Amino acid sequence: MFGKKRVAVVGAGLTLFRRRMKETGKELSYEASKMALDAAGLELKDMQSVVMGTAPDAFDGVHMKGEYLADGAGAYRKPYTRVFVGGGTGVFTPLAGWWHVASGQFDSCLVVAEEKMSSCYPHPQYAFTTIFDPILERPIGMNLIWIFAIEMHRYMHKHGIKKEDIARVSVKNKGNALDHPCSQLGAKITVEDVLNSEIMAWPVQRLDVSPTSDGAGALVLVSEDVAKEITDDPVWIDGVGWCIDSTLWTNRDLYYPDYVECAARMAYKMAGVKNPPKEIDVAEPYDPFDYKELHHMEGLLLCKKGEAPKLTAEGVTQRDGDLPINPSGGLLGVGNPIAAAGLMKVCEIFWQLRGEAGKRQIPGDPRTGLAQAWGDLMQYGSVIVMRR
Amino acid sequence: MSEVAIVGVGCVGFQPILPELSYKELMYEAAVKAYEDAGVDPRKDIDVFITCAEDYLEGFSIFDEFVPDQLGAVLRHLFTVSGDGLLGLANAYMLIKTGHFDTVVVEAHSKASDLLTLMDVIAFALDPVLNRPLGGHPYYVAGMEMNRYLHDTCTTVEQCAQVVVKNKKNACGNPYAAYGANITLDQVLCSDMFFYPLKKLEISTPADGCVVIVLASEKVAEKLTDKPVWVKGVGWCTETPNLETKDWSKAVDTRLAAEMAYKTAEIHNPRNEIDFAEVNDLFAYKELQHMEALKLCAYGEAGKLTEEGVTARNGELPVNPSGGLLGMGYGLEASGTEKLLEVVLQLRGEAGRRQVSDAEVGLAHAWRGIPTATGIAAVLSNVK
Repeated sequence: MFGKKRVAVVGAGLTLFRRRMKETGKELSYEASKMALDAAGLELKDMQSVVMGTAPDAFDGVHMKGEYLADGAGAYRKPYTRVFVGGGTGVFTPLAGWWHVASGQFDSCLVVAEEKMSSCYPHPQYAFTTIFDPILERPIGMNLIWIFAIEMHRYMHKHGIKKEDIARVSVKNKGNALDHPCSQLGAKITVEDVLNSEIMAWPVQRLDVSPTSDGAGALVLVSEDVAKEITDDPVWIDGVGWCIDSTLWTNRDLYYPDYVECAARMAYKMAGVKNPPKEIDVAEPYDPFDYKELHHMEGLLLCKKGEAPKLTAEGVTQRDGDLPINPSGGLLGVGNPIAAAGLMKVCEIFWQLRGEAGKRQIPGDPRTGLAQAWGDLMQYGSVIVMRR
Repeated sequence: MSEVAIVGVGCVGFQPILPELSYKELMYEAAVKAYEDAGVDPRKDIDVFITCAEDYLEGFSIFDEFVPDQLGAVLRHLFTVSGDGLLGLANAYMLIKTGHFDTVVVEAHSKASDLLTLMDVIAFALDPVLNRPLGGHPYYVAGMEMNRYLHDTCTTVEQCAQVVVKNKKNACGNPYAAYGANITLDQVLCSDMFFYPLKKLEISTPADGCVVIVLASEKVAEKLTDKPVWVKGVGWCTETPNLETKDWSKAVDTRLAAEMAYKTAEIHNPRNEIDFAEVNDLFAYKELQHMEALKLCAYGEAGKLTEEGVTARNGELPVNPSGGLLGMGYGLEASGTEKLLEVVLQLRGEAGRRQVSDAEVGLAHAWRGIPTATGIAAVLSNVK
């Protein structure tokens, strides 16, 4: 890769994920940034640039939320950019950090993702009523659970998947989250618990869904030269990918996320990954709903279309399985402060590849990991491939 | 490392209101013009698309959703920068510099006429705990800042008013300008006092419009066009979001952004090396304050230079030959790309009646408006 610079992750930080944190968004950003810098053994003055990821301004009721959060994220008098791709933001933010460093413009970049959903009253879901087309869709009064119910239904119908097959994801992820110190909804539950939980919009039930949360995460990115000076254990960002599909989601077949495949192919090509199921040792696909983990495994080419439920039933995706999926506990278990949740997945891959995931550590010697997030109107995929 | 060039521009507007075009149609029309200008097909020739938008200005919670179709970016690599169009340029520049991407499109637009409550939206950018409860129109912040700037630099209200006269006059020669006018100094000075000492005519009026820019790596640029405009350096900086701690007299964000851009562009003496500048003039005094922060003159000197005609289009250092935001209209997040458009046209020698003579190096600058302290500067040249 002559002329192309490698970028390393050298530190990660994550706050607690909770339904309602007392800290402001600025304070959450500060806490996560401080943890990441401490982990990297660096100080704010070592950071030449800052990238912020945070989802709708409507959560906080603050216009230009990126500007508002700048000092909390350590951007005082620094080059600072906010990127925003809906739910895909959390994984996209380190991609933006990547090009800040890979371009040679900076030797270091502090990547911060923050979400404070609880300030949206009475419920954060209200912020999502304005993500729809104002003429065609908003008058129907739809919400996210509805449209994901449509997608889930289509996915189940296409492949003949049963609710039980999908519920296993929730059981696995909430179980995994019991070992995550930041987790909001780690729990030991059964498939029956999921199937007996409150129906929200068929086939989506209460335990199929991730919670709303407050939280923040941060990463320290540095150039290859700096990484070699400060650590023996850098984790490299070897592939980045992102893709958007048409706004007109009603005109697409929702059974398969083409945009995730497009993003994954971009990242795999850059990272030189030719056979994803063989070469990826651990993956953190986006799981705001349990069926999404399966949907995204397929989109990421980690298995064939319709095959993900089978792998889950066989235990392949457990922490000790052949292809551990969401060893962190994912959004279903750890929580879903939108942008921070995506970055949590990248943090998890970083810790897994460094062997620092504690009780969540997957066995073997993982060398290549992947995190993915999904957003907008079921139309955005962002993917990062990292290697030790 | 590849150089980065602008190979295509497209603009629709700016006009006080464009009722015949929805925001999507506005973006589509500007994009078609830019692709035509660059000779590219977005469906196969463009590697990355960047849109620059803020949710509250669009009336959506996730505006990113509503972007791909009209730009020809369906199932392609697009993302949103929540910032000024010039910050989109900064990210496009870095993407090409990684060596992984050859062509990037940057889009920014304003559909200000759709916003019934623009000033209420801007008030929502004030700190919700410390500042917003004070109430009032958010531009009081600009009045306070102007007062401080005039006090510290001994700049006069006449000098600020002269900026308006110059810019509105320049805009008369600009087909993309919404508010060109031949007015006198007295007319500005006698206009209503809005936020003491800021007067009505010293405040840019919002306008509808869209600018799309196509950037390419050296290799691709040289194939696509005979008139590439090279991006020599970009800088950006956020000073602080806190009104309580920001510097009210000097635009520190802009100074730091300019230093970064000049370093990359190897500009050591901006006053001599930059032939013309497009500087943010959301409020008339801001043009003067920004000229100083951009090191185009000494601190406190900008007013005098304006009075002497140095910054007129035929002056020694033309500033805002386009007419600036005072003349073209305030394009919200497209404000920076209004500047960029003019710099590109000037450097290509396509600025018609506005053409500045011997333009070789131009500067585009943006500030994100009240209440931010975020500035972006880009140095461009028609010589590699």
